[in-house]
Amino acid sequence: MQDVWTVSQLSEHIKALLEARFEAIWVEGEVSNLRRPASGHSYFTLKDDRSQIRAVIFRSAQKLPFDLEDGLHIACRARITVYTPRGDYQLIIDRVEPRGLGALQKAFEQLKAKLQAEGLFDEGHKKPIPFLPKRIGVITSPTGAVIRDILQVTGRRFPAVSILIAPVRVQGPEAPPEIIKAIDVLQKQRDVDVIILARGGGSLEDLHPFNTEEVARAVFRSPIPIVSAVGHETDFTVTDFVADLRAPTPSAAAEMVVPSREQLCRQIDGSYWRLLYVQRRLAARRRERVAEATRRLKSPDRILSDFRMILDDHLDKLTLSMNRTFAGRSQDLRYLKTRLAQAGPGDRIEKSRMIVAHRQEQLVAGMRNRLKENRHAMDRHRIALQNLSPLGVLQRGYSITRRLPEGTIVKNVAILAAGDHINVQVALGNIRARVEDVL
Amino acid sequence: MAKDKFEEALKKLEELVKKMESGDLALEDSLKAFEEGIRLIRFCTGKLDEAERRVEILLKDDRGDIVPAPFPQDEGDAIR
Repeated sequence: MQDVWTVSQLSEHIKALLEARFEAIWVEGEVSNLRRPASGHSYFTLKDDRSQIRAVIFRSAQKLPFDLEDGLHIACRARITVYTPRGDYQLIIDRVEPRGLGALQKAFEQLKAKLQAEGLFDEGHKKPIPFLPKRIGVITSPTGAVIRDILQVTGRRFPAVSILIAPVRVQGPEAPPEIIKAIDVLQKQRDVDVIILARGGGSLEDLHPFNTEEVARAVFRSPIPIVSAVGHETDFTVTDFVADLRAPTPSAAAEMVVPSREQLCRQIDGSYWRLLYVQRRLAARRRERVAEATRRLKSPDRILSDFRMILDDHLDKLTLSMNRTFAGRSQDLRYLKTRLAQAGPGDRIEKSRMIVAHRQEQLVAGMRNRLKENRHAMDRHRIALQNLSPLGVLQRGYSITRRLPEGTIVKNVAILAAGDHINVQVALGNIRARVEDVL
Repeated sequence: MAKDKFEEALKKLEELVKKMESGDLALEDSLKAFEEGIRLIRFCTGKLDEAERRVEILLKDDRGDIVPAPFPQDEGDAIR
């Protein structure tokens, strides 16, 4: 040790000391005064409530999983450098992890969007899990409730399924590489045909390993299908999205992966009984049909005698019916004959002739009477007429007076006036006169 | 991934029983189907009857290789 240092000597010494001591450390704090000049490097101050330290992330450093912002809490892997010309020190950061809800949430959302855009979550990439797996690989902590639950559920449902546990840390920065290695190792194990990746509930920070890009891509790449059961039912990590199947809890994952032996037994039993029943029923039905056919099969004799009986029966019926018809017709015939006889034409003609003759006589007699009557009537009329004739009256001395020139017959002297000319008709001849006086 | 033989057998069995129940099979065919059904049932039951359970955990052995070792199934905090 020197007595008196030059500034440079001191600075160099400080630089050597600090840079050696702080060659690769993890520091956490809050980002502030963030600057990103055109060079592409990020300069900021990392601080906590009492202290601060300058920091830089060069563009060449590992790409950040999310964008830096003032106020974000982060953890960084860094080394100290001392810049002697200015006498200050700063952190050169090569890796950044989010800390605190804001940063973690942001990182989660950004990664989720990125991987979704790449198509890592697509249904088409998801592999089917086997119905009855031979051996299940379980990546989880070897202690705690998670592995216990998985073993319990699988043991209960189907004991014959083998389990192979790949123990890992499930939180903290060492977790992602361990998980990735476990996925890899299980690929090489014999008979493993499905993997359950599980951890219990926790904060966003606790679950962070399952929200890293490396773990997500390892899950995506795995040829063996992976069932993800991370956190509580309501937690969704990037791993959940990229996995071939997501379960809300580790027990649920065990249930999804392993079928119930009891249920399968029942199903097979059921099939057995159905098979037996159907077979018996089919056999019984065939036997029945054969018996039926046998019954209906008769000896030729019986067939013939049957026919004979039928024929006889027909014959009887026919005869009966014919006889009945015949009897009926005979009766009709007799009846008609009687009527015919009654209505015979010979009788009729004689009758008619008699009537005609009678009518003729009546007619003639009638005519004669009529004529006689007419003659009498005519004589009477003649006599009457003769009596009424004016000429007869005249011969008794009466006369007819007519006024001239009209010739009106005078019955009342009122129609005459002195001086009128009149004509008086007597039996023999007429008198032309002049009225002298009327009385 | 090889197709699950057990699942296949189960599916085949169900289809076969349905076919027989529908009553469409001729005598010979139904006898054949019955035999096949019994065979499938035996196969599936055989799978279910395997009672042996193996639970193991991957550990680094003395040489640094990772190998399966038996996993004790009490509370599970034996390995750390």
